[in-house]
Amino acid sequence: MSPNIIAILPELWTAIGQTFLMLAIGLSAAVLLGGPLGVLLFLLGPGQSLERPALFGVINWLVNTVRSFPFIILLVALVPFTRLIAGTSIGPVAAAVPLSLAAIPYFARLVEQNLRDVPRGVIEAAHAMGASEWQIVRRVLLVEARSGLVLGLTVLAISFLSYSAVAGVVGGGGIGDLAIRYGYYRFQTDVMVLTVACLIVIVQLIQFSGNGIARRLDKR
Amino acid sequence: MNPPTLAVAAAANPASPEASAPIAEAIRLDHVSKSYRLPNGTSFDAVKSVSLAVPQGDIFGLIGTSGAGKSTLLRLINRLEHPDAGRVFVGEREITALGKHELRVARQRMGMIFQQFNLLQNATVFDNVAFPLRIHGKWSPGDVFRRVRECLDLVGLLDKIDSHPAQLSGGQKQRVAIARALAPRPDVLLCDEPTSALDAETTRSVLDTLRDVNRRLGVTVLIVTHELAVVRALCRTVAVMEGGEVAEQFAVDETGPGRERRVTALGRELARMAVYADVQNDLERLDAALA
Repeated sequence: MSPNIIAILPELWTAIGQTFLMLAIGLSAAVLLGGPLGVLLFLLGPGQSLERPALFGVINWLVNTVRSFPFIILLVALVPFTRLIAGTSIGPVAAAVPLSLAAIPYFARLVEQNLRDVPRGVIEAAHAMGASEWQIVRRVLLVEARSGLVLGLTVLAISFLSYSAVAGVVGGGGIGDLAIRYGYYRFQTDVMVLTVACLIVIVQLIQFSGNGIARRLDKR
Repeated sequence: MNPPTLAVAAAANPASPEASAPIAEAIRLDHVSKSYRLPNGTSFDAVKSVSLAVPQGDIFGLIGTSGAGKSTLLRLINRLEHPDAGRVFVGEREITALGKHELRVARQRMGMIFQQFNLLQNATVFDNVAFPLRIHGKWSPGDVFRRVRECLDLVGLLDKIDSHPAQLSGGQKQRVAIARALAPRPDVLLCDEPTSALDAETTRSVLDTLRDVNRRLGVTVLIVTHELAVVRALCRTVAVMEGGEVAEQFAVDETGPGRERRVTALGRELARMAVYADVQNDLERLDAALA
């Protein structure tokens, strides 16, 4: 093993831990806040049971606007907000703040699109049986769209793995940060190859488990 | 000759005028209208001031060519479509006067089945049939379990209780949908083209199930279809819709001069089919007598 790699090995473990911490926070925020937002976006949309064109327009615009920011700009622009929430603007927890903010509308859009694929007739049948909106969300939409939602979350996780690498720029830490500091700035090609290899393995693992879970949930 | 009988009849009749109409109505529509706005800005009158009464316990057919408004009319009854004008009654309850919450409660007494079955694909047959009971919230898990098994037994699919809809044939899916619709013990069963996606063989099994359900549970069945064979095989009364209006209504087994007075093409076609069936019967009887 090359001396470069041996030297950064302890840091590599920390970096992997930081990457997973950022992903965990970002994805939790996406599911807990972006999920309900996506459901709302679907239900308020044209032709749906809670159709409200004005409110739908506002939320739709917000989602698009946040999504149109280049991530690195969002990262820098949000520094004061990050300080307010995380108490600091440095480190993986701080980096998770802009990460979460970007993940929420992203996942909301994925949820909305997946719910649109649930056949109208099934929702209508639930209405005909006297189901409330909440019951339709919980017992129809989430059940019928669940495998698509898992695949959406998989796409999100992989996108945000690379976003978390960008977070290294503001001292966020993580595998990407390691790649930039050693592999790029110090021309240590072997470190660069190692970090990229780590990322490849993580992406493959996420996609593999996402596909597996989605397949098991899908009974259609 | 029979004075006591006469006395009873005399006492009963003038006392209560309602007694002269002994068959209660399960569904009553009172000048109901519905129109849609088309993309080109004009409006299309799907249902034009229709009044209709479906007697309790009947199997009532609603037929018409496509676009005649029959599906819309059916969907006005449980307010999947909201009427522009007129009133809808199911039993004693005026459906058109209900608020959102009351409507949900009222819908629990109305079963509905669809052309495309509309089962939850990711749920087992058990969970599909249990669905209405669970959302109504007044059934304990034990009661749900017993009721689901009861309903699946009724449609002859108890052995499929743990299957998913994708593993069933079209006819079996529709029978699961019937079990689901019957689980909360509805007063009426609304059927929107229930056999149009099925072949002749499975159509027969679904019709047998519907007939059986009507006979054993006394539930009123209102069925929308464009298949005259379905009407012949299942319905007691039929209304023919044309251009958003009920053009005529008659008993399916009507005999004699009534048959000749049919005004719609579909009505005349049904009369012709009835005559053929009569002749067929006569021929068979003749054959049997000769043999």
